[in-house]
Amino acid sequence: MNKSLLKKITSNQLFIPLLALFLLAIINLIVDPSFFKVTLGTNNEGNPVLSGYLITILDYGSELAILAIGMTLVTSASGGQDISVGATIAITGSAMLRVLCGSNTRPEQLAAPIIVAFLVACIVGMLCGAFNGALVSIFKIQPMIATLILFTAGRSIAAWINNNELPIVPDPKFKYFGGFIPGIPIPTTVFIVIICVIVTALILKFTNLGLYTQSVGINEKSSRLNGINPTMIKMLAFIFLGLCVAVASLIKVSRLATINYSVIAKDIEMDAILAVALGGNSLSGGKFNIWASVLGAYIIQFLTTTLYKFNVQSDALAAYKAVVVILLVVFSAPKVRESLSRLKTKKALKAVNKGETK
Amino acid sequence: MENTTLLEMRSIDKSFPGVHALQNVDFTLRSGEIHALMGENGAGKSTLIKVLTGVYSKDQGVINLDGRFDVKIHSPQDAQNLGISTVYQEITLCPNLTVAENMYIGRGKKPITNWRKMNSDADKILRKLDIPARATQQLGTCSIAVQQMVAIARAVDMDCKVLILDEPTSSLDEQEVEKLFGLMRDLKATGVGIIFVTHFLDQVYEVCDRITVLRDGQLVGEYEIKDLPRVQLVSKMLGKEMDDLSDIKSDQDAYLGEDADEPVYEATQLWSDAGIKPFDFHIRKGEVNGFTGLLGSGRSESVRAIFGADRVLGGIVRMHGRQVHIRGPKDAMKNGIAYLPEDRKIDGIIGDLSVRENIILALQVMKGFFKPFTKAQAYAFADEYIKKLNIKTASADTPVKSLSGGNQQKVILARWLLMHPEYLILDEPTRGIDVGTKIDIQKLVLELAKDGMSITFISSETDEMLRTCSRLIVMRDRKVVGELSGEDLTQSMIMSTIAGGE
Repeated sequence: MNKSLLKKITSNQLFIPLLALFLLAIINLIVDPSFFKVTLGTNNEGNPVLSGYLITILDYGSELAILAIGMTLVTSASGGQDISVGATIAITGSAMLRVLCGSNTRPEQLAAPIIVAFLVACIVGMLCGAFNGALVSIFKIQPMIATLILFTAGRSIAAWINNNELPIVPDPKFKYFGGFIPGIPIPTTVFIVIICVIVTALILKFTNLGLYTQSVGINEKSSRLNGINPTMIKMLAFIFLGLCVAVASLIKVSRLATINYSVIAKDIEMDAILAVALGGNSLSGGKFNIWASVLGAYIIQFLTTTLYKFNVQSDALAAYKAVVVILLVVFSAPKVRESLSRLKTKKALKAVNKGETK
Repeated sequence: MENTTLLEMRSIDKSFPGVHALQNVDFTLRSGEIHALMGENGAGKSTLIKVLTGVYSKDQGVINLDGRFDVKIHSPQDAQNLGISTVYQEITLCPNLTVAENMYIGRGKKPITNWRKMNSDADKILRKLDIPARATQQLGTCSIAVQQMVAIARAVDMDCKVLILDEPTSSLDEQEVEKLFGLMRDLKATGVGIIFVTHFLDQVYEVCDRITVLRDGQLVGEYEIKDLPRVQLVSKMLGKEMDDLSDIKSDQDAYLGEDADEPVYEATQLWSDAGIKPFDFHIRKGEVNGFTGLLGSGRSESVRAIFGADRVLGGIVRMHGRQVHIRGPKDAMKNGIAYLPEDRKIDGIIGDLSVRENIILALQVMKGFFKPFTKAQAYAFADEYIKKLNIKTASADTPVKSLSGGNQQKVILARWLLMHPEYLILDEPTRGIDVGTKIDIQKLVLELAKDGMSITFISSETDEMLRTCSRLIVMRDRKVVGELSGEDLTQSMIMSTIAGGE
């Protein structure tokens, strides 16, 4: 009874990411328990804010967590990944600034309400997603190649939208999205992630998006013969990711109140893909677990923050990260998991045999 | 040459977690014989073959090969080196390489390949075996049958002593089967021992010398072919005396409703981009009819056109006399048409999804994107049909790919029955599944028809169609060439219509 429960837990897709998170926490706890200290202080505007490493992780892991949601769907439906999300964040962010600031790069006041700018960014993000989706689903181009186009061109397009200027948003309210709302000590990004997660959960519950996406990812031909339109489903997945990109760009741009076209969200696509993989999802498509991917995103951020705390130089950060990632990915690979569980049953059998001979 | 023992497997035992797949099984193969290995799905045929070819390692037992005692076979490579070659049911070659590359891949010990010699060698073998393919042709461009034969050519060319053919004929038409049998007899004459696994009883009696029957992982017995009539073979496989195969139709009544003459579906000059000529077709309420013809005659393409699975290029379709437009599978489903495709692995199952999800899929799509079934509803549907069709699965949550072929087929059947279609198209529903399930499916077809469902049934086994269908549409070269019903429904009439001898 106990054994089967243990097996059920260890074979769960969330087991490895949770274990990784747990180990990271343990290491930090041993080395320096103050890692977990959360203090309530005030920021330089005099508002109450929570601070501490855990808060940093929650705050700065937000963009990645949101992107991981969309990336999981794209991976499942198309069996490939979108490598253009970083560049698309630059585009949507730039579009947002363009709407907020108009043609003036140092406006005294907003040219349009923030909500309008955000909606425009969403539409732009969805258009970018639709572009990628059309290349993948209609023209049957491999996702990585299809999204290479925006990956390459995206940051130039972003710069072109604002005539290569760097507009600065004057309204302090805009900074709330990537910072704190006065009076609320929890980072706003945490709420944004929670909203995204709830919306996604509702979509998965009240539509067949999950079933159709997995069907298409596993067997496109037979999905079609069951009346599912695979082209549509793949388009939907990419458009959904476009929406996630728009939300992530809101956070990214809001943090600075401006944009740096060549640096903003750089290499975030690789982390997003990694989050999907760390969650134990197959990168060749099919079955997926979105929450595992979200967890994967926070593991990456946890790792980054831990390494920063150990004063690892930012140049060397990537190398350390790579080592941990290799371990995680190898351990969550189905093949390794299989042989591990076989080892376990062998041991158990031996134990049983020993008991019998006694 | 006769009667020298080539291969001896003694007391083979193999267990998987929860299953004792082989219990104390003996198997003997003599050189120069064709030996049928028979049994239902799950009887242990595949496991025995896989033990012999090194895919699985046996728990207990001894394998003696060609006078050598207790040979160790730990990997397919070992088996190959010992002269044991296998041709599997599914093509395991690489479709994007050429025929010659496929025949020689993984065999050369030298680091450099002489391409020209390889191609000319391959051509020589292909010509010798009368296989219609060129060495430099890409394998994927050959028909499935030719691919199968290339796989055999590869095995033959490796100087094998034991050739295992695992369901090689399931995708071949009769002429190709004949050709394959010719090839097998030639090999037999040279002293090769052939293990032949098949579900086709006719073929066993046509080509084999001896039969070994397995059931539930145990050896039932080894028989000379002349000592074991068909009925006995089937009863040994099933482990019970079974009602005569040919009797299932007579004890069923036809549908007798008032609207029995009303055509449910009618097509005029229907054609699609799959290369079939425009054809006329109709089916009445409660009728079971079928398309027959050789492989590649266009029978599958015809029903695919009816379902909208291929792109329909023209034709008028009426349901109950009213004109409808069927442009894709969803249109067909909305009009109450269901289609069980020919290739269940490629077109049927969604392998990684659970039995439950596979069963509800079609009905769910009909219900709509924004109206998912609740978990409870889905389980209720799945459990109902698991019971109704007697699907052997651990639970409704088991991934469908881990089920045996016959049970996968039942899952797809359940998916369409759940939709309660008016018109059900079954394309090769009995291919590659065991005798028991075959009979279950044929009985089910007749029962459903009795309740008023119209069914088109396609099978490459003519006697199955004779047993179930009341009208047969005969196709040749992608054209409808005849229609048989009533007293014309005989094996010989079908043959002569297919052959075109007026």
